[in-house]
Amino acid sequence: MEDLTDVYNELIMEHSMNSYNKKELENADFCELGHNPNCGDEITLEVKMNGNIIEDMAFHGHGCAISQASTSIMIDTLKGKTVEEAKEIVKTFIEMIKRETKSEEELQKLEDAIALKNISNMPARVKCALLAWHTLENIFEKL
Amino acid sequence: MNQNEIIEDFPLLQNRNLAYLDSGATTQKPIQVINTIDKFYENNNANPHRGAYSLSIEATEEYENTRTKIAKFINAKHREEIIFSKNATESLNLIAYSYGLDNLKQDDEIVLSIMEHHSNLVPWQKVVKTTGAKLNYMYINEEFELSDEEIESKITDKTKIVGITHVSNVLGTINNVEKIIKYAHKKGAIVVVDASQSIPHMKIDVQKLNADFLVFSGHKMLAPLGIGILYGKKELLNKMNPFLMGGDMIEYVYEQDTTFAPLPNKFEAGTQNVEGVIGLGAAIDYIENLGYDKIAEIEEEVVEYAREKLSELDFITLYMTPNKENHQAVISFNINGVHPHDVASILDSCGVCVRSGNHCAQPLMRFLGIDSTCRASFYFYNTKDEVDKLVEALKKAYEMFRKYMQ
Repeated sequence: MEDLTDVYNELIMEHSMNSYNKKELENADFCELGHNPNCGDEITLEVKMNGNIIEDMAFHGHGCAISQASTSIMIDTLKGKTVEEAKEIVKTFIEMIKRETKSEEELQKLEDAIALKNISNMPARVKCALLAWHTLENIFEKL
Repeated sequence: MNQNEIIEDFPLLQNRNLAYLDSGATTQKPIQVINTIDKFYENNNANPHRGAYSLSIEATEEYENTRTKIAKFINAKHREEIIFSKNATESLNLIAYSYGLDNLKQDDEIVLSIMEHHSNLVPWQKVVKTTGAKLNYMYINEEFELSDEEIESKITDKTKIVGITHVSNVLGTINNVEKIIKYAHKKGAIVVVDASQSIPHMKIDVQKLNADFLVFSGHKMLAPLGIGILYGKKELLNKMNPFLMGGDMIEYVYEQDTTFAPLPNKFEAGTQNVEGVIGLGAAIDYIENLGYDKIAEIEEEVVEYAREKLSELDFITLYMTPNKENHQAVISFNINGVHPHDVASILDSCGVCVRSGNHCAQPLMRFLGIDSTCRASFYFYNTKDEVDKLVEALKKAYEMFRKYMQ
């Protein structure tokens, strides 16, 4: 078995254990619950828009280190992006985790979220990594 | 027979260098079971009950002889009280649909323990929603056990069905089903026992227990996946309507109506999992040859060692009764502050297989105020070395997270 320190790396651990994005937003425009019924992970994602730009996001809820870190890193990555840019990044991220990707160059636009790449080697944890991103997709459908 | 010789019977344990601590989910299979299935397909395969030719008759004999073997194994009074199903879940659905729906009415009560697996819980929700009966729960005390007071206050004159797991798949608590059955009968209720977690480890005697229905899955006791057993008292099964309709469960079929076959065929529609039945027969032979006494002897030593070693870890919470005589083979735990899925992934990277999640027992998790646990479950092929491996892996997992804890 591989050593998991490349999955549970510094960035992921910091985001999962002590995330500054784990809070309540005032005046959120969207509030969406995402959950994985099989494992019980549950997050609520809040989004505040400014026109076409994602002005702020936050989350609360509970789950494993991977789902928590993935949520927090997603927030860092997508804050300040337009909806179109964000959709493109979400798509690329999902492809990376499902191993359907793609050039290193394309992955660069994921910024910090590239730190979650090794989770693509852990099939049992893919849905943990994707929980927040699918939840955000549900919000985009309401736009 | 020492334990090393026993382990040699299990090809997967030879082929993979793993501490397999998930036998509560499914056990590994001994070569004797695997070979029996091979031989069936190489020499005896045909559709039982269908052909007049000798090959089909041989298949029928193997299939029906296994029914007799299972009846003896659990000391059923009549062989036709043994019904083959897909698994314990299907057996429980059969009882809920064919007994529950037809026999319950408004204001009747079904009583379950809070530690039931979803398979002995969700079907009863369907029954109460359809019939207007009520679903009540017996809750566990701080020792993760059902107290006599709890049992006696929840099972009332209105109770018609009691559903109880013999051993909890999360807590390892052994419930005193004999006592529960006695009390339920006094109140006029029938009792459905889920023996899925107990029969791999301890002798079941349905007549001594006086269980009305008792179910289990083959794959948790060395047999292949996809074979389950329903035991029911003949007088109850005879009065029940069939669950699934189709071939082999009939007597006469007319354009608009059908009469049904007698027991046990009434409840076995369509071609059955014959390889599963025959594999289960071989699994029972294996258990009987080894003996429940030997199984208990090995497990008591290894599980006691695990209880001790895990209790020494100050960073974990155990969900387990302190009364070891009421505990068996299953240990649920959490590393404080670390999610069980992360723990299971790190353990996996150390070659230790444990289950993590809610273990199909969400109401129990909610009652305990948690979302999920890690669960190590043991069988007679597990060793103290594997417990040590588990403990080392847990220390490693804790170390990985500890420095980030605030």
